[in-house]
Amino acid sequence: MRSPRELVGGSPAATYPIAFDGRELPAQEGQTVAAVLWAAGILAWRSTRQGGTPRGAFCGIGSCYDCLVTVNGRPNQRACLVPARPGDTVTTQEGTGHADLAV
Amino acid sequence: MPTSPSDPAALTATTDLAVIGAGPAGLAAAVTAARLGLRVTLLDTAERPGGQYYRHPAASLGATRPEALHHDWRAFTTREAALRAHEAAGRITYLPRHHVWTVVPADEPGTWTLHAVAGHAPDETPTTLRTRRVLLATGAYERQLPFPGWTLPGVVGAGGAQAMLKNNLVLPGRRVVVAGSGPLLLAVAGSLAAAGATVPAVVEAASYTAYAPQTPALLRNPAKLAEGATYGGALLRHGIRLLTRHAVTEAHGTTRVEAVTIARLDKDWRPLPGTARRIPCDALAVGHGLVPQLELATGLGCATLQAPDGTVALELDAAQRTSVPGISSAGETGGIGGAQLALTEGEIAAHAIAGRPVPAALTRRRARLRAFAAAMAAAHRPGSGWTDWLREETDVCRCEEVPAGRIREAAEELGARDARTVKLLTRAGMGWCQGRMCGPAVAALAGEAPAPDRRPFSCPVPLRHLAALPPTEPAPPGP
Ligand SMILES: Cc1cc2nc3c(=O)[nH]c(=O)nc-3n(C[C@H](O)[C@H](O)[C@H](O)COP(=O)(O)OP(=O)(O)OC[C@H]3O[C@@H](n4cnc5c(N)ncnc54)[C@H](O)[C@@H]3O)c2cc1C
Ligand code: FES
Repeated sequence: MRSPRELVGGSPAATYPIAFDGRELPAQEGQTVAAVLWAAGILAWRSTRQGGTPRGAFCGIGSCYDCLVTVNGRPNQRACLVPARPGDTVTTQEGTGHADLAV
Repeated sequence: MPTSPSDPAALTATTDLAVIGAGPAGLAAAVTAARLGLRVTLLDTAERPGGQYYRHPAASLGATRPEALHHDWRAFTTREAALRAHEAAGRITYLPRHHVWTVVPADEPGTWTLHAVAGHAPDETPTTLRTRRVLLATGAYERQLPFPGWTLPGVVGAGGAQAMLKNNLVLPGRRVVVAGSGPLLLAVAGSLAAAGATVPAVVEAASYTAYAPQTPALLRNPAKLAEGATYGGALLRHGIRLLTRHAVTEAHGTTRVEAVTIARLDKDWRPLPGTARRIPCDALAVGHGLVPQLELATGLGCATLQAPDGTVALELDAAQRTSVPGISSAGETGGIGGAQLALTEGEIAAHAIAGRPVPAALTRRRARLRAFAAAMAAAHRPGSGWTDWLREETDVCRCEEVPAGRIREAAEELGARDARTVKLLTRAGMGWCQGRMCGPAVAALAGEAPAPDRRPFSCPVPLRHLAALPPTEPAPPGP
């Protein structure tokens, strides 16, 4: 089956694992966190504050904020903009991402 | 020499021209202005120049044929090479990963201060820059019209899917329906299919026969017709059906999209009873045209107008000047028109700002491409019947999870007569995206035309950066 990679040729300079909710996912240097998740077939990585419904990337360009995720313990990062770096730990974000601080 | 954002020299010198946005418009403007002798600072949110159209993968992704995802890639590579040469010669300071969040008058008359955040959290830093002239080339984002199921994972923006593919070489699924309205859908379907996705259909709400009254504008644009034919050819080659006057009226699934319902529309985009059918898919790429991104401009008080597609765009004169002296604009901010027009307008703006006569060929090209854009915009303007897709419980505001029923109640029973009052009563548009996704829909439900973007900042700004701002602008440093 044809792939984006076959279309543009070449290969990534480096491939490294990042952690997502206890799984290891392969990241290619230069991809965003959202791209690493899409490449692994994962489309949802947060649940909404009120309805608790799943969400992932929607606009793909940093304007909708639907793709918010927790990266290395910091919630509310836009996964479509943040580059995936070696050793990153990405976790599903629930609600505001501050549940552990809830009063 | 590229200047590091934290280099104090970058902050004290006053540049001749600050260009905000390195898409086709801003990039063309920056290299033209530098060639004409101006000292230019080019700021852009993204990691690499190119904007939405010339998005491409990072060098580390090792694509040897990035042009496979582009039309007219050379128009970009020649300008990128010019950018690098001007950078090396010290005529352009290019600042990628810089999001400008406000532009304000500086205390020296006729100069402006830009405030930006540089880099990604948690390492972002504040930057300021002083400039004599500003060119806003901030482009557009997609117009979305909600429908039941549009918040399901796997439902993504059509331009968003294109952006993720061009930047990151990834697809949202293997079987992707492309839907909405506008010529971008054809480009998106072609790219997704070329990259290996199956595209069962392009579902277009408008009718291409709406172009018929515009035949003269079309015929004066043979290059655009050829581009259209290329897309048409790609659809044929990949066996993609183009269904006009149809819309996706619902996306189905529990944790992700599994199928969509499409229906035939009447001329006002109202679904015709008895025409619904299902198409199985694992993703839906959807968008209804683009919306100019104007918050920096409206923050400055630049005058706006309503474009033929129903969006709000900047009012510009023949030299690309806004109504605010010293502030110019080019590209999608002046009305959606595509990359070629953006390149042309960027060059026109640069000539005018440099005090040079604008070459007649540029002016002619702009007139021709603007006429084409206007014809297309009018053909794809959403019909009023689209709101029939909504159910009472369909979320219209994705951020604050405000359903259509609550917005209708505010408009019909609580007496809200405009989108602003609806927003205050329901919180629609008050969340993270500040109404970028739901704005056009809320305005339609409130029964008014979309209002100009009004957002205090164009991106979230850490409070500590606001707190660190001096109460008034700093005194200009001596020469
Ligand atoms: C998601 C998306 C995908 C698209 N894909 C295609 C396509 O495949 N084919 C096609 O023909 N057209 C596409 N378009 C249409 C595209 O907008 C235009 O054809 C063309 O890119 C417009 O050029 P521009 O220079 O006006 O704006 P853009 O190309 O949008 O460039 C604007 C630039 O400004 C930057 N910017 C915005 N705000 C700020 C700020 N406050 N501070 C700093 N930088 C800022 C952005 O990061 C961007 O790089 C797409 C549009 C969108 C929204
Ligand atoms: S997908 Fe919209 S902000 Fe990331």
